[in-house]
Amino acid sequence: MHRKSRSEALFPIVNACLLTVISFVCLYPVLHVVAASFSDPARLNAHQGLLLFPQGFTLKGYEYALRNPNIISGYKNTLVYVVSGTVINMILTALGAYVCSRKNAMFVRPLMMLIVFTMYFGGGLIPWFIVLKNLSLINNVWAMILPGAISTYNLIVMRTSFLGIPDSLEESARIDGANDFVILFRIILPLSKAVLAVILLYYAVGHWNSWFNASILLTSREKYPLQLILRDILISNNKGAAVQNIVSPVERNQYQDLIQYSTIVIGTLPVFFLYPFLQKYFTKGVMIGGVKG
Amino acid sequence: MVEPSASFFSRARRDIKRNRLIYLMALPILAYYIIFHYAPMYGVLIAFKDYSPSLGILGSPFVGLKWFREFFGSYYFTRLLRNTLLISIYSLLWGFPAPILFALLINEVRNKFFKKAVQTITYMPYFMSLVVVCGILVNFTSSTGVITGIVEALGGPKSNLLANPNYFRTIYVASGIWQNIGWGSIIYLAALSGIDPALYEAATIDGAKRFRQILHITLPGIMPTIIILLILNVGNIMSVGFEKIILLYSPPTYETADVISTFVYRKGIVENNYAYSSAIGLFNSVINFLLVIAANKISTMTTEVGLW
Repeated sequence: MHRKSRSEALFPIVNACLLTVISFVCLYPVLHVVAASFSDPARLNAHQGLLLFPQGFTLKGYEYALRNPNIISGYKNTLVYVVSGTVINMILTALGAYVCSRKNAMFVRPLMMLIVFTMYFGGGLIPWFIVLKNLSLINNVWAMILPGAISTYNLIVMRTSFLGIPDSLEESARIDGANDFVILFRIILPLSKAVLAVILLYYAVGHWNSWFNASILLTSREKYPLQLILRDILISNNKGAAVQNIVSPVERNQYQDLIQYSTIVIGTLPVFFLYPFLQKYFTKGVMIGGVKG
Repeated sequence: MVEPSASFFSRARRDIKRNRLIYLMALPILAYYIIFHYAPMYGVLIAFKDYSPSLGILGSPFVGLKWFREFFGSYYFTRLLRNTLLISIYSLLWGFPAPILFALLINEVRNKFFKKAVQTITYMPYFMSLVVVCGILVNFTSSTGVITGIVEALGGPKSNLLANPNYFRTIYVASGIWQNIGWGSIIYLAALSGIDPALYEAATIDGAKRFRQILHITLPGIMPTIIILLILNVGNIMSVGFEKIILLYSPPTYETADVISTFVYRKGIVENNYAYSSAIGLFNSVINFLLVIAANKISTMTTEVGLW
């Protein structure tokens, strides 16, 4: 009895320690990368063990990284893809969700089945690639926008939310002569701001993170999104990419790691500024999506 | 005013007339799904053909199951199947319970500020892009990296860990847990918050200690969520995503890292072997489809909560 109550008293402390360790492990890579990106390269290369604070201080890594024209063009391209892609995503998803939430039109159910089926079965990567090739979407910026124009999962989540809006609102608008476009844009969408915000962020973050489609569909570097440029700089098979605008071979060796760290920071900065916002809405999204789907 | 005797076509005509705006809205949606989803499904016919782009899908000669036979008979088949299943099973075995345990631990924290801090920090890795996560992994597991240092201190070799086939799955699974432990716990925390506090009060009065409360109240409370997620995960056991593996693997680690989807990517996109890789992709899609259907059936039977 005595032992039991002691373990009971000990538990919160053990638990707090455990959670602190897990949090540290989750946070450490971020601390390491940020600290390393400001560190003096010679001291950084000599450093052993965990890195929590910059060793010395230099902005050289950032200077070289920002002088890399690919990073700037990658940022610009990603911005274009995120904004235009998300706008098209939202328009088409809202239209699709509205159509699929209509109960009185006889072809809606077949359409819905057609849509849901694609969640479970697809032609696969190669036939998809051949279709895009035949549509001349290879090395075409539309390839970053059109093939992923609708996420079926998001469409279904949005439809579920539209279905939750009372029919009476719509009926009274219809009596006042409103057509489907008016009902969608004036009644349904303004009442669905929360789900729209969540889905907008899902799409935007998806575009921001995406690199694979670009890697197989785009062939010229000027069109590459940031993530693809980051892949070339960070993932080892293309090491030279980090230091390509440094002439002296000694400096190339010296600065390679530093530039990689700075590049990670530059490439992740926008996500970190938006993080509190993203966390809030993504958490909401988990609740909206639920497990029941 | 729908006469039951009205023919399908006259009913359809009336319906289209009445809902023409809805069908107008549906047009771009239909076009999207036909072009980007159903055209590839039709295109999968090349899995049964000796496809050449100049002859087209219909014009290419029919070869029946040649590509499937070639794949099943090849050295790669067992290796890909083994790697796909092992990576999935290890991810499930370690990655599935982790967020549940984590959610249980967080749930026991009484200090609101500490709880919030832990959640904010542990959700963070989820928001890092895959390329950046893999970039950090490449750096940390290089011969001079932090993780390599830890492995070395524990008696491992001081070499590039990602080039070592023995470590690939561990790196893959562990980094997956790192990225998802916080985020994955949200759904369980939501389920935990739905448990009636009166149950705990009653248990305390009855003298049940914390561990017994977790065992008899908390776990049963989130069991439906656990079961549904588990079944859905098992349904996806043959579909290992290729993005992370493509970023992390290299020829020296193909032995343990190469899965069906990455093989399809390499054969098809890199080596332009369209018909052969379409056949492998189709084989994988059909299995995935059957598994998901089965998982859903089981889910509906056991918990009365299915996807449909």
